[in-house]
Amino acid sequence: MKHLLLGDEAIAQGAIDAGLSGVYAYPGTPSTEITEYIQMQQAKLMKAEPDAAEKRIFCKWATNEKTAMEAALGMAYMGKRALVCMKHVGMNVCADAFMNSAITGVNGGLVVLAADDPSMHSSQNEQDSRFYGKFAMIPIMEPSNQQEAYDMTKAAFALSEELHTPVLLRVTTRMAHSRAVVCTQDEAPKQNAMSLPENVKHFILLPAFAKQNYAELVAAQPVFTEKSNNSPYNVYKKGANPKKAIITTGIAYNYLMENGEPEATVLKITQYPLPEALIKQMVADGAEEVLVVEEGQPVVEEMIRGMIPSTIAVKGRLTGDLPRMGELNPDSVRAALGMEPLPVREKEDIVVSRPPALCQGCGHRDMYAALNEVAREYEDSRIFGDIGCYTLGALSPFHAIHACVEMGASVTMAKGAADAGQHPSIAVIGDSTFTHSGMTGLLDCVNSNANVVVLISDNLTTGMTGGQDSAGTGRLEQICYGLGVAPEHVRVVVPLPKNMEEIKQTLREEIDYPGTSVVIARRECIQTLKRHLKAAKAGK
Amino acid sequence: MKKNIILAGVGGQGILSIATVIGEAALAENLYLKQAEVHGMSQRGGDVQSNLRLSSDPIASDLIPKGGADLIISLEPMEALRYVDYLSPEGWVVTSADPFVNIPNYPDMEAVKARLEAVGHLVSLNVEALAKEAGAPAQAANMVLLGAAIPMLDIDHDKMIDGVRRVFARKGEAVVESNVAAVEAGYAHSLKQM
Repeated sequence: MKHLLLGDEAIAQGAIDAGLSGVYAYPGTPSTEITEYIQMQQAKLMKAEPDAAEKRIFCKWATNEKTAMEAALGMAYMGKRALVCMKHVGMNVCADAFMNSAITGVNGGLVVLAADDPSMHSSQNEQDSRFYGKFAMIPIMEPSNQQEAYDMTKAAFALSEELHTPVLLRVTTRMAHSRAVVCTQDEAPKQNAMSLPENVKHFILLPAFAKQNYAELVAAQPVFTEKSNNSPYNVYKKGANPKKAIITTGIAYNYLMENGEPEATVLKITQYPLPEALIKQMVADGAEEVLVVEEGQPVVEEMIRGMIPSTIAVKGRLTGDLPRMGELNPDSVRAALGMEPLPVREKEDIVVSRPPALCQGCGHRDMYAALNEVAREYEDSRIFGDIGCYTLGALSPFHAIHACVEMGASVTMAKGAADAGQHPSIAVIGDSTFTHSGMTGLLDCVNSNANVVVLISDNLTTGMTGGQDSAGTGRLEQICYGLGVAPEHVRVVVPLPKNMEEIKQTLREEIDYPGTSVVIARRECIQTLKRHLKAAKAGK
Repeated sequence: MKKNIILAGVGGQGILSIATVIGEAALAENLYLKQAEVHGMSQRGGDVQSNLRLSSDPIASDLIPKGGADLIISLEPMEALRYVDYLSPEGWVVTSADPFVNIPNYPDMEAVKARLEAVGHLVSLNVEALAKEAGAPAQAANMVLLGAAIPMLDIDHDKMIDGVRRVFARKGEAVVESNVAAVEAGYAHSLKQM
């Protein structure tokens, strides 16, 4: 069957067709659509075949990437195929589970999908997940187009089961969010039956067992490399001028080909560890100069330096032949190839930037309006922000927050600042980010009765990624009580202009209380509200 | 056949619906297609764009090279100008003439108009007014713009209308007809202005 699919959707369909039993993920651009696609397909299936239990795929959102990774490992432990999806920085959150899943190995297939965001379209850094794959010493697959995204997802599950290892599937924003026609299989997928691992000690990482496992992982490296050497997705093509060679990976291959078939030898890499035999072939064919064209950080550019004679010049992002940071494009690759640029028009200088803003009518706006007024009543208020739509509170017209680092940092940074003597020290965090990584920080606050106000801006959803379920909806007060915040210092307000005086008074009282308090500003996201009203209308 | 199109606008204006219809028509023609979209943070009232590439031969890059765009279709006049350096010397701009002002430093509208005229190949139209004239709601303004771009697309007018019908079919006959009327209004306007 032919479909017009986003890269993310191609991965999702590939996983379904590979016999997936569970997808585990926390929303994060540009990975979100993978899980959403599986949820949508499952909803259709539930309607069409309500009794087909053998076709069910677990696809409920996880609280964060670490819980997602661990649940997926548990499913793979039981012999079934599991997919974990996240944006690149999610890899940091799940790193403990991820790294150790390489030591345990897997029973059923386990594919970890990391969607990197070079150029930081919606992220705070452009870390390259291939480092994680290399760090964990597991195979990595990096498809170059939507069809490969589909095919290689299926291949990744097969490889995972064959080698008893998790496989990292790495894409970048352009692959995740670009559509093309994908041919998919016609036969119905079949899920694995439940089965226990052959050797359960593999999953008990006591040092004595872990040493044995790690020795096996090290010993398996040549096998992994052999798989790369023989992978149909790694393609070596000797050029008319083999003195020049180009190594290109994943989607970067497309930018190379956009500029025409080169005279140089081309090694297209989409499966790692690096295919050593193909790189040796490139040297044997007389390469004197190698240009490395890869999306993301200079991972391959660094790695091949140790694999080829030092007389061969290596060019790429480190040498300035390609930009050191940011996404590649046909133009930057064209320049690196030494080709003349296409004739272009001048950029228009009267065009000004149009930054994103909080929606009109959004509750975060009313929350910031009140917070800003109260904060100004104190000599030096510090407001630690977090990751979500409300990070836009840093921009005009609010200029409200003084920090935004990573998921949950608002709570614990506010605590650290309070420990240092800062007052008022205020954290602003969304409901979904709070349950993702803010709860543990709040427990730290409670344990030392830190003089902080944690303002949870609760819009009942994971807003910035498009309105996915939020793990703590309806239970935030109970969570705060359970963590030990005094119930009289867990306050709830409704962020609307008419409630401005009440919100301000509540904030003042809690700032003046010398201990840990929580203020929940709760009003549904305006976007999900519109959707709910529309659905309700359609239902009538 | 090869067409590189940049779709531009402000988050929420509906550029992806234009892409959906063109994509639908292109697939029916068995053309190759690649469409890079913008998701995530930039949707919140910020500038958005999508690269849409159609070709009778396989397409390599998801992104259009600078100077390689045949057509800019924009739901906002300043946003059309934002990508002019991607437009080929022979390329066309089809844009809404209605500014969307949600920033304090929006440039002088006369200057924006003058720069658009300077592009050489321009169709500029009041999409909302044309939608209303055609008896369609303001939300169909993007379909007026799509209609205005049909002459530059190398996809037959009737095939595009079929695409509109298929894309909106599940929303009922009334929605289909008002969107078709909007497309026809844009198409007629474009033929007059070209």
